[in-house]
Amino acid sequence: MSRLTKAAAAVAATAAISLLASACTGQSSGSANDDASKDVTITFWHGWTAPNELKAINDNVARFEKAHPNIHVKVQGNITDDKINQALRAGGSKAPDVVSSFTTDNVGQFCSSGSMADLAPFLAKDKIDPAATFPKPMLEYTQFDGKRCTLPLLGDAYGLYYNKKAFAAAGITAPPKTLSEFKADAVKLTKTKGDSYSQLGYMPNFHGYESTTTHLAAQWGVKYFDANGKSQVAKDPGFTAMFNWQQDMVKSLGGFGKLEKYRNTFGDEFGAKNPLQTGQVAMGIDGEWRLGMAKDAGMNDLGVAPFPVPDDQASTYGKGYLSGTIIGIANTSSKKNAAWELVKFMTTDTDAVVSFANAIHNVPSTLAALKSPKLDADPGFKTFLDIAQNPDSTTTPPSINGGAYQLTLQDFGYAYESGKSKNLSSGLQGVDTQVDKDIAQAK
Amino acid sequence: MTAAVHPLLKAKRRKSALRTLAFLSPWIIGFSVFFVYPLVSTVYFSFMKYNGINAPTWVGGKNWSYVFTDYPFFWPALRNTLWLVVVMVTLRVLFGLGIGLLITKIKTGAGFFRTAFYLPYLAPPVAATMAFVFLLNPGTGPVNHLLGDVGLPTPGWFTDPHWSKPALTMLAVWGIGDLMVIFMAALLDVPKEQYEAAELDGAGPWHRFRFVTLPNISPIVMFAVVTGVIQTMQYYTQPLVAGKVASGVIGNSGQQVEPGYPDKSTLTLPQLVYERGFQRFDYGSACVIALVLFVLSMAFTALLLRRNGFLSAED
Repeated sequence: MSRLTKAAAAVAATAAISLLASACTGQSSGSANDDASKDVTITFWHGWTAPNELKAINDNVARFEKAHPNIHVKVQGNITDDKINQALRAGGSKAPDVVSSFTTDNVGQFCSSGSMADLAPFLAKDKIDPAATFPKPMLEYTQFDGKRCTLPLLGDAYGLYYNKKAFAAAGITAPPKTLSEFKADAVKLTKTKGDSYSQLGYMPNFHGYESTTTHLAAQWGVKYFDANGKSQVAKDPGFTAMFNWQQDMVKSLGGFGKLEKYRNTFGDEFGAKNPLQTGQVAMGIDGEWRLGMAKDAGMNDLGVAPFPVPDDQASTYGKGYLSGTIIGIANTSSKKNAAWELVKFMTTDTDAVVSFANAIHNVPSTLAALKSPKLDADPGFKTFLDIAQNPDSTTTPPSINGGAYQLTLQDFGYAYESGKSKNLSSGLQGVDTQVDKDIAQAK
Repeated sequence: MTAAVHPLLKAKRRKSALRTLAFLSPWIIGFSVFFVYPLVSTVYFSFMKYNGINAPTWVGGKNWSYVFTDYPFFWPALRNTLWLVVVMVTLRVLFGLGIGLLITKIKTGAGFFRTAFYLPYLAPPVAATMAFVFLLNPGTGPVNHLLGDVGLPTPGWFTDPHWSKPALTMLAVWGIGDLMVIFMAALLDVPKEQYEAAELDGAGPWHRFRFVTLPNISPIVMFAVVTGVIQTMQYYTQPLVAGKVASGVIGNSGQQVEPGYPDKSTLTLPQLVYERGFQRFDYGSACVIALVLFVLSMAFTALLLRRNGFLSAED
């Protein structure tokens, strides 16, 4: 090796090692010793984009600033979870102090990685008892492994939407309560046209927008993990029952291929041509937001009810799948006390929660707000409020690697419904094995 | 026994070496910062558990074994990437060369055709992909309506795992403008005298192309293939957008969305690097996949260069 080559190699190695060393120091977390009574500006990131949603969140922030004149809030909308996660790691003066996410899937990641601050000391300091303030399922999905790093900021409940005109035309007088009634209604409501449909009773394929494995499995009251944190979808009979029911629905309504071809004619889920709004599908599972979206699209014939339950669990009718928006404080924030004031206001102030819920048609996330007389009295909305408060309603639990376990189950669902995977029992065992491996990798 | 070097000569050599080093230093710094450092870091982090927050900890070969034996998306993504490298790059080079040849032969309207074939290349990848997904929608797209009207089969395109990669290839071939321009420049540069000499020797169009055109433009063909392989190894936006739009499940921010719809057929290795690194924050396994990409790119490039005599032992 010539001297020149040696010198070049030495320069390269020195640069590489020094930069590498600087990259491996990890993040320092900000402490909660700021004075929230002094003049301060905090940054709040959220994901809302629609004009009515932006107005609602900005109105809420304005109410907060009026109540806390020394705390100014810089609001940034249209933020995705990927951006949140990256900013929580990057830190710096432009990073957010308060962040909210539309999904509960990443709470496990937020809490276990330490990217979001532990809120327990703040709750204790202000003598807020979470159990007496928030509904139980919401409390569950906003913490992980005993660490509460987020709080619920409104919630979502899933129920049955049905086309009232189609029901009347088919002579159906009331929404189904059990899954056998649901199947009979779905078949009755299905009208074929050539090798397709002019109206489908229900789209059972897992790609049918909200008819996902996790949303449906909630009707069987399933448990994803055992006491040791191991995946147990093969052991919990609810999953097997759900897949068998879905397969039966697919067969009864025309078969996977025919349904999939029809599904490809649907408009966007969140657009005006959603199949429930165009009448292409007579029944479907969806969240409470569909109420407002359908009205905005000029569809006033949609009725709502809790999604039917298995026949052997008829007494639990009224339950459904729950999810929601979460909010927390960035661990890198140097203004945690001021940030906490905003989080506390947005999540526990009854008027703030109620007005926000009314404005964006979401389920309120405190027990007091759920009982508030100021809450929207729309009967359709009331159905979702009841689902949210039903003790049998469930959610998907947080996990250290976010929603990876849901993706694994969903992936198996696609393979099973298309016939690629034929054995349900071994397929579910495969899901358990994969989920456990993924969690082991994340630990 | 070595002859003693005169101190003056020694000083002169040192000065010369330093001067050379000074001239090379911009490259050395750039190469170190933008190539050596990321590469060394990637190798280092592939043996660590690191989530971007807590300090990295040594885990040995755990990330490697997870990616190769336990991560269900790795092998489908690798197969898709290799399929795209072989089929897409080949077709892009053939079409680019073919269109370049056609346009250099056209006597009138060449400007119009040049523009018409180049324009698709300027379309933003996301918009172009969305347009293709809508055009090829098996239920509502005009392409299948036309195919159906003339009695031809109507594939599922982006919704069918057997047709999704061919559909992506069609999209890539549609945006052939970059290669067309490069090939046109190369073709116009072939000395006319060689064609005339070949013609006098009785060579027909095929032989003129085979023995005159091709040898003259072979460095450009090699450039197109090598850059095509590297670009395809980094293929990210189009398969991601096609999969998401075709699945119909856009999903809220952060919501779990199926990767590689349909049936993992549009999954590529760069998507996995992003998923592992910036969604799961498992930098270790992301680095393993990035290294696989690096090794594959290097291997393909070296193989192509060596087989075509661009990387001989004398070089």
